[in-house]
Amino acid sequence: MLFGRVKGTAVCTLKYPGTEGLKLLVVQPLNKKLEPVGGLQVAADVVQAGPGDLCVMVRSREAALAMPEVKFVPVDLALVGIVNEMEVRPDSEFDFTIRRGKNSFT
Amino acid sequence: MIIGKVVGTVVTTISHRDYKNRRLLVVQPLGLEEEPPDQDFIALDNTQAGIGDTVLVNREGNGARQALNNPDACVISVIVGIVDSAYLG
Repeated sequence: MLFGRVKGTAVCTLKYPGTEGLKLLVVQPLNKKLEPVGGLQVAADVVQAGPGDLCVMVRSREAALAMPEVKFVPVDLALVGIVNEMEVRPDSEFDFTIRRGKNSFT
Repeated sequence: MIIGKVVGTVVTTISHRDYKNRRLLVVQPLGLEEEPPDQDFIALDNTQAGIGDTVLVNREGNGARQALNNPDACVISVIVGIVDSAYLG
């Protein structure tokens, strides 16, 4: 799962069966520092997010499982939560390396 | 599964029903010193982990659905363990 910022909406008149009435949003995937990762993508919305909202998104088959009724739909990115509050500590507080030999984390 | 470090928490009041009453945590995968770090991601907590903990994360939907005991859960990453130590030969 990953962060995304809603940048706009996408409207399709012709849709695959099962996706009628689905809201499509243009989103920018983000990393933990909320910096853009890659290009804009289109996500299906099931939480009624709006432009500017920071969201939690899910990719691949699980995005289709997020749909309310029909689960067998061609959807590969879905918004599953609207972020109200988040806390991410700076990288300098942690050591992200694994070394040869024994690594103790406690 | 991968080993990662919990670096943050996410609060969502409006969320999909599969995500209700569970914590979302930001995880940074651990790696060897000489390799570039992997992309961070968000995972659903199933173990009461917190910031600073080294965790074992299942990053595959089928395993996640088994761990959550929900055959339709729209979840990919689930924290399934807290790592005490790892030995690398």
